[in-house]
Parts: sequence; structure tokens; C-alpha cells
Amino acid sequence: MSQIALLGAIEVGLLFALVALGVYLSFRVLQFPDLTVDGSFPLGAAVCASLIVVDVNPYLATLVAALAGAVAGVVTAWLNVRLKILHLLASILTMIALYSINLRIMGRPNVALLGEQTVFSPLEKLDMPSYVALPIALAVLVLVVKLLLDWFLNSEVGLAMRATGVNPRMARAQGIHTDRYIVGGMALSNALVALAGALFAQSQGAADVTLGVGVIVVGLAAVIGGEALMNTRAVWRATFACIVGSIVYRLAVAGALNADMLGLKAQDLNLITAVLVTLAMVLPGIRMPFRSKGGAS
Amino acid sequence: MNAMRVGLAALATAVSMSVSGVALAADKHVAITQIVEHPALDAVRNGVKDVLAEAGLTEGNGLKWSYESAQGNAATAAQIAKKFAGEAPDVIVAIATPSAQTVVATTNSIPVVFSAVTDPVGAKLVTDAMHPGANVTGVTDMTPIAAHMALVKRVVPNATRLGVISNPGEANSVTLVSLIEAEAPKLGMSVVVAAATKSGDVLAAARSLVGKVDAIYVPTDNTVISAFEAVVKVGNEASIPVLAGDTDSVKRGAVAAAGFDYYDVGRQTGKMVLDILNGAKPGDMAVQGVAKTDLLVNVGAAKAQGVTLSPELIAEAKEIIE
Repeated sequence: MSQIALLGAIEVGLLFALVALGVYLSFRVLQFPDLTVDGSFPLGAAVCASLIVVDVNPYLATLVAALAGAVAGVVTAWLNVRLKILHLLASILTMIALYSINLRIMGRPNVALLGEQTVFSPLEKLDMPSYVALPIALAVLVLVVKLLLDWFLNSEVGLAMRATGVNPRMARAQGIHTDRYIVGGMALSNALVALAGALFAQSQGAADVTLGVGVIVVGLAAVIGGEALMNTRAVWRATFACIVGSIVYRLAVAGALNADMLGLKAQDLNLITAVLVTLAMVLPGIRMPFRSKGGAS
Repeated sequence: MNAMRVGLAALATAVSMSVSGVALAADKHVAITQIVEHPALDAVRNGVKDVLAEAGLTEGNGLKWSYESAQGNAATAAQIAKKFAGEAPDVIVAIATPSAQTVVATTNSIPVVFSAVTDPVGAKLVTDAMHPGANVTGVTDMTPIAAHMALVKRVVPNATRLGVISNPGEANSVTLVSLIEAEAPKLGMSVVVAAATKSGDVLAAARSLVGKVDAIYVPTDNTVISAFEAVVKVGNEASIPVLAGDTDSVKRGAVAAAGFDYYDVGRQTGKMVLDILNGAKPGDMAVQGVAKTDLLVNVGAAKAQGVTLSPELIAEAKEIIE
């Protein structure tokens, strides 16, 4: 695997780490199976790209994209807590509606950003190739987001949100307005996902309505894979596991792309990825009994 | 314990094997990335490969050929682009708009030849189609819509209402539908558009046109073409002639198409690749439009869909399918 492919895998992994953190918030913290992300990821890309091509400042465009994602999350939560629609169905409704909305926002299915000013443009002035600078910048950003999220989930509001997910009846008995925390948590979750979409579009040169295909699968694989790879009892460990899981998933894809020497072909990619992710999840489980037997005590 | 070690050793060997794919230094390396597998895009790839083979470049004999498909996933397409950028091949061939965009975002030095992209300027792959200037050029697959509308009129002379099935989520289709809406009225046809956002919706979209149209035209839309049999089924059931923007679909049951074969687009792309391998600069090579078109008619489909093809039309056809 070349250095560019390796760093590229880490770059895409870091971008999708933001999705994984969003999915962690909805699936794990709030216990809300949220498929909105398949729509809010391209929503972030669409809003950001449409604003950048009309010469809006790229940082502002990215911020507006994240806010648009938050609105999508609020809609899903509102369908659930106010209209009492099953959470899974509520999120599917928002997701399919967003496909049409994304087309409306962009006015066409694909908005190109090649050659436009993006949040990553300042990196080109640095004295290092962009395939190195981009992952470093993203690593800093993802780390900051992770630390903010850790702080938030341990604050009073964050604790109330966690209580809402763990035991809503108990939370209500403690005077927590669970509905509000579901709405807030879903907004935050989808804002993170839309932020990832906006950054993905800017780094890959285009927003496309098809960007959302399989985002939830990748996000969930990262969350669950991270949990399989490491201890996630404390919140800071769980958020770190999301990032690790996402990068490992992308390394698995990169490995699958480089597996042509084994007689495997392009069409086998999804299968190889699934096998590699399974291995990543099973191997730590095999190691543990081995360790205890080895008597390291 | 030992079994575990053996297992890990086997895994390590597999990983090291997979990273040791180094070609002989003298080989020309052509890397090809494709957003998704489907017959038209596969035909482009085969066209490229055949032209290289005719020039004496075959795999293992002067050519290193890398092919990856993103299987419809944008993040995978991005990783494929980075993989190729790291391998620094002599030419990267990018089939379809999303794959081309991510490759162009990844490298500004490796020569890139795109193919099957309808609007390369709108997709910002090149700023000037006549003089690309940078490391990118290629072949567009813009359909000659005016000629296609004329063909609809020749096959169904009394058509006044034309049904079009497309996916509003595909960039190329949106462009084509707006061209159809501009061209069809000139020949006295109003346009009824039926949307299918995924291949599973194509049958319902086709059925929604029954009773509203005199003929159905299917542009080169990836979603609709992948479920083209559903359109043919409706055309046969309701006696509505189905015409297509590509010739492959005639073999699958369309009455006629004055299209181009994606294989020929691939051959055109392959010639550009060959020129670059022989030292030409992509920046000096103008973006090419489709050069070769053929008329294909399907007599059996015409009968099933209730039209009679004129003898002149049949005489003009390059290929007649019974």
C-alpha cells in the first residue's frame, strides 16, 4: 500500500469519524436508531457546495451546512416525540424526504467544487503535500470535536441526555424533560454528520446526491467495530473508539483495494471489506483468552 | 496457542502479498476507476482495453492494468483515487462523473482521461473543453438529442405526446431531459416526464405513462437502463413503442436507437490514452464528443409494441434484430 493510499484511508476515516460520533450519540447515548444520516450527510455536502459556488465564505458555508443537519435531526426527533411515529420510521421518512430536498438545494444532482475556495485551501500554501496536510488538519479537528463532546456528555445537560437514553422513565422522574433532550441530541448528532458531509464534499471536489449511499452502515460499523476493539466503559473511551473504528474500517477498505494479488477482483470489494471488518471484530476476542491462559495475570 | 500464531502468520503473509504488487519498470501502467458496474460503463472499459491490446499492449506484455470499481460508494471512489495517486500510473482513466471528480481532486500531475462524462465543463473537470490546459482531458457521452427526437418521429410519425423516464438524481439525465424538453416541441411533441429514483421504481414510472403518451424515450440514464426490461414490458403490454438513447437497449427490446455504442466511446477513450502513453500532453488534447453513431432497429420489438418500421429505416440500419 502506498503512502498516499494509507494517508488517504486515514483522511477518509477521520471524515467518517465525525459520522461515527454522530451515530454514537443517536444509537448509543440516546438509544435512538437514526437512519436520517443517509440524508443529512449529503445535505451537509449540498448546502455547503451550493453556498461555496455563489462565493459564500467556505467556513460560513460549512457552519450553515452543520446547522442544516441539526434541522434535519430536529425534524426526525419531532416526528418521533410529537407525532409519536416509531423512531426508526421517523428517521426513514426524513431520510427519503432529504433526497428530494438535496436536489432542490443544489438545483441539479452534482455541484462541482474543483478549483473553488474551500476550508482546505489554506493548506495548499503549507510546505507539505496536501495528502499529508489534509489528514493532519482533520485529525486536529476530529480531536477537538471529540474533546468538546466528552466535555458536553459529562456536563449537567449531557448527563441528563445520557439518562434520557439509559432510562427515560427514571429520567422523567428526576424532572428531566426527555423530549427536549431527544430533540437536542438528534440535532447535535445530525449536525456532526452534516459537518462530515460538508468537509467530504470540499475535500473530494463535488457534492452529489448519491453521497448518502451506505453512510449509516459505515457509521455503525465504525461504532461497533470500535467497541469490539477497545474498552468503551467511559465516555472518553467510547468517543475515541468511534474514531479508531472509523479509521480501521477505512484501512480495511484500502486493504481490500490492494488485495488484487490474491486473485480478487474489483467486484469482490464489498465482500472483502465485510470479511476484514469481521476479522477486526473477532480477533481481539480470540486474543483475550489467549492472554489469560498465558498467565501474565 | 500455536494455531493462533500460525493464523496470525498467515494473515501477515496475506497482507504482505497484497502490498507487494510492483510492476516491471518498463511496463506502461494504465489505472481505471469506475463508479459502478453496469453494461454501458463496462463496455467503455472494454473499449479502452481492446484499443491498447491492438496497439500491442496487453496485460503482462508491456501493460500493467489496474481496475477498481467503487460499487456506487462515494467514499470508496475517493479511496480508489488515492490508491491510484500513490501508484503514480502513466494514465488514470476515470469512467463517469463522480469517479472523475474525485480523481481530479486528488492529483494535478498524473494524466487523467475521463470517459462517459456528459458535461465535463459543468463538472469542473476542465475549464475549457477545446484547450484543457492541465493534466485532464477525455471523451463526453453527450447524446445527440435532436437526432434522437427526429428518429422518434420517423418510427412513430403521428406521435404528439412523448414519455420520458429518468432519474432526477442523475446529473446527466437532468441535462438530457432539459434538452428533450427543448427539442421535442419543435417536432410537434409534448413531453411527459416520469421519475424513477431507483431501479425498483422503473416499472411503476413506465406504467404511469400508459394512456398519456404515444411513444416512450429512455435517455442514457443509469437507473432506468439498469431496469430497462421493465419499460419494455410496459411497452409490449400497452402497445407503446419504446425508443432508447443507446444501442445496447435495442437488443434488450427497444424498437430503435440512433445511438452510439459505449464500446466505441471506450475505443475513442483508448486512443486518447494511447496518445498520452506515446508522449502527448493531456492539456493539449481537446475534449472529444462521440464520433461514431449507428442506427439499430428491433423488428420483433416493433411488432410487439404495435409499430411498422418503414423499409427505408430498415435499410439504413446497421444492425437488424429480429
